[in-house]
Amino acid sequence: MQIFPEILSGVATPEIGQETKTKEALDLPWNVVVHNDPVNLMSYVTMVFQKVFGYPKEKAEIHMMEVHQNGRSILWSGVRERAELFVQQLHGYLLLATIERTS
Amino acid sequence: MEVSRNNGSLEINEIDPFLAELLRQIPVSTRPDSVPAAEQRLYSAPAGPNEEEFCAEWKIYVEPELRRLFQTATETVAADLRQLAENGKPFANSTLRIPHQHSEAWLNALNQARLAIAAKFDFTEAELCDHYRSPIGSRRDLSLFQVNFYGFLQEFILRAMECEGSAEPGE
Repeated sequence: MQIFPEILSGVATPEIGQETKTKEALDLPWNVVVHNDPVNLMSYVTMVFQKVFGYPKEKAEIHMMEVHQNGRSILWSGVRERAELFVQQLHGYLLLATIERTS
Repeated sequence: MEVSRNNGSLEINEIDPFLAELLRQIPVSTRPDSVPAAEQRLYSAPAGPNEEEFCAEWKIYVEPELRRLFQTATETVAADLRQLAENGKPFANSTLRIPHQHSEAWLNALNQARLAIAAKFDFTEAELCDHYRSPIGSRRDLSLFQVNFYGFLQEFILRAMECEGSAEPGE
């Protein structure tokens, strides 16, 4: 992205609203990660992904297979608060789910 | 044992006394019984060790909610299982009807039971995939059979839910 110093020099002190936006931007993104578990059924995991994230069956199955084959899958990325809520929902379905900051 | 759908309910007919007993064991099997591995599996950490504060808050605020949720599911299943006791003769085959609106509670309680048993016995992935092992040999074999039988039941419930359209996104 380009920056124009001549325009910036004329800008007044930023408002608090802008500060909040910057903080939120810094908070992005957090990942919702689901980890493999030999006990949970594949069909059950797919159903949970459909219910929690509203994914169509095909997308839910791709994530389920990723969990099964690679041991983990990133199901969603975004603001921390929402990621925490998703993890809570996934724990309600007894899946192994964690939040982690994007490296 | 025969499984069919009837007026929105999942009906399991001709349940022999052995399988009826395994079904009756669902509520008690959901308990971690102070086995740390089972407790840790049912209430797993929501983040890695670098998120110590978040994990501590989770234990205080979220875990009690999860315990309530799991307890409610188990109670719904326990209430449905009373049908088995009402079936009369002690060695006769039984029938169990699972109302469609109880499907989620059944999936949850069966999952709790499967995870708790698997954690207590520390079953390997190879053992969990061995669907032909006899349940007669030992307590471990019986528990493995129990895990697989509950999984089999979960598959039927999931299939019935899919037919009813309740596995659709966002519902």
